[in-house]
Amino acid sequence: MTTQVPSESSTERYQNVQKSEDFQRLRHKLRSFVFPTTVAFFAWYLLYVLLSAYARGFMSAKIVGNINVALIFGLLQFASTFLIAWYYSRYSSRELDPIADSIRNKMEEGAE
Amino acid sequence: MESHLLAEASASTTRGLTITLFLIFVAITLGITIWASRQTKTATDFYAGGRQFSGFQNGMAISGDYMSAASFLGIAGLIALYGYDGFLYSIGFLVAWLVALLLVAEFLRNSGRYTMADVLAFRMRQRPVRSAASISTIVVSIFYLIAQMVGAGALVSLLLGIKPGTTFLGMDADTAKVATIILVGALMIVYVTVGGMKGTTYVQIVKAFMLMIGALVMTVLVLAHYKFNLSTLLGDAAAQSGKGSAFLEPGLRYGVEKATATETFYSKMDLVSLGIALVLGTAGLPHILTRFYTVPNSKTARKSVVWAIGIIGVFYLFTLALGFGAAALVGGKAITAQDKAGNTAAPQLAQALGIKYFGGDTGGAILLAIIAAVAFATILAVVAGLTLASSSSVAHDFYANVIKRGTASERDEVRVARISALVIGAVAIFLSILAQKQNVAFLVALAFAVAASGNLPAILYSLFWRRFNTAGALWAIYGGLISAVVLVFFSPVVSGSATAMFPDSDWHWFPLNNPGIISIPLGFLCGWIGTVLSKEDDSAKYAELEVRSLTGYGAH
Repeated sequence: MTTQVPSESSTERYQNVQKSEDFQRLRHKLRSFVFPTTVAFFAWYLLYVLLSAYARGFMSAKIVGNINVALIFGLLQFASTFLIAWYYSRYSSRELDPIADSIRNKMEEGAE
Repeated sequence: MESHLLAEASASTTRGLTITLFLIFVAITLGITIWASRQTKTATDFYAGGRQFSGFQNGMAISGDYMSAASFLGIAGLIALYGYDGFLYSIGFLVAWLVALLLVAEFLRNSGRYTMADVLAFRMRQRPVRSAASISTIVVSIFYLIAQMVGAGALVSLLLGIKPGTTFLGMDADTAKVATIILVGALMIVYVTVGGMKGTTYVQIVKAFMLMIGALVMTVLVLAHYKFNLSTLLGDAAAQSGKGSAFLEPGLRYGVEKATATETFYSKMDLVSLGIALVLGTAGLPHILTRFYTVPNSKTARKSVVWAIGIIGVFYLFTLALGFGAAALVGGKAITAQDKAGNTAAPQLAQALGIKYFGGDTGGAILLAIIAAVAFATILAVVAGLTLASSSSVAHDFYANVIKRGTASERDEVRVARISALVIGAVAIFLSILAQKQNVAFLVALAFAVAASGNLPAILYSLFWRRFNTAGALWAIYGGLISAVVLVFFSPVVSGSATAMFPDSDWHWFPLNNPGIISIPLGFLCGWIGTVLSKEDDSAKYAELEVRSLTGYGAH
């Protein structure tokens, strides 16, 4: 366990790291992925809830046998959730982790 | 099919087997707990299980914490009685995990230590923010605890087949309920005080494993009965439900069309409100948030959420088959004859499947006993997780940081955590016995609404908004908490309807059962207003939080 002793220099250090090009790149890559994705899955889920509440005719249309639009829509929510989880973990291990690791390593070296 | 859960001949077989299996589960988990207590030496061991769990282990444990009796028995029952709408409920519970994955888990892991408040108070004045977070943690956990424990009490007489007028070990149905609540409460106190986070985590893993196997076996049997043709299963379920194709469409339970346009409007708003609270509540549940601290780093925290999404998602797909299977093979009438809320649909289905596949009544009794024991294990594990989260918050946030202002020793802190677990457990037992005749199903929805309205806005603002400050955090937590509780108090679930907690009185003026659609935006709004009204604005502290939460530098 590392213990942080807050001092004037460590405050400046965090601000300098925050301003650094690497960190800004990490921040941009993270935020430009998670914020739009959150908006997208929330809108997609809200669409599903609203259709369930207000578009009953559309939702009850049968596609194959007894399988209707509502069931397929619900299963698509499962599919999209699995897909986003898989894609995010791929994205973060390829795009985010290397930058975060390199910043952390530099900071840890500097701290010693 | 059997019209009652327990045919007289097999009743005693089932009862004996259920109790035996449950005692085996208790013996195994107590063994693990005692083993874990020997490994628990530091505060990090007690609060965070030594931070040594793997992504898969923690993913299982998260699933164990999350798949409560409400989601196993409750959702299967909802689907069995109302068809499609039960499925709608489970979708909200699943999609919610994306909020935790994308916006919360990794950053919380990197910047916090033991509790939710570690992140909320990171750059704020410690005492007021930690007090607020501690209060909110306890309120959410106690609501959730009472719902689970009262549920356990109600289930025991059903699962053990104690009917009015008959006795079991000299207890009638009412005494058995109280005895169950006390037993469940006592066991959860032992798990938490003795085993800490390490013991509790292993209990969750064992329970999740049992639940997944049980649900898998039943799902395969149901699908095999219909030769793996989903359409035939759905058709049979719709026919047996007596509701025809409406059974496969939304609208039987939520957003029901009512007599007047106003009533229909509120009914549909209620559906939307529930949907939003389900999705935004999960990432604000304290017993889920503390799980992210049990892994070594943020990458493992991410992996554990991805595992949890996979496990929980597959589990909800199983419940879809179980619910429709129960509707088709047991039938709505037989289910409501046993329990009006449908909570026994899954055990009844187990009995029906056992009779069909494993040699008649004895087979039915065995499979019923297994599923009943799994249901008890489920409840027990969830209440332990809740008790741990709230006692950690009392000890780490309130005792160590508010009362002792950060000067308490680790030993003292852990000692207080153990005492708090005992006290919270005792309070939960007491309140659950008082509330045992009440309809408390709404408490879970209320816990989600408080978590979504108070905790989530504060967490998201803390992590992503530089300007956020102490006043904002207090406004967000108290604003969200109070508005959710007040709106529920004046809603039809507490008074003024046939199914209300107080059906004979009427003081309700809020038309919706779920407060989310009002209280969640209100929580975010309060957080914003509180922030801009206060001059406190510390960029340096935000620089530290942002750097640490994104890179993992200085993580505990």
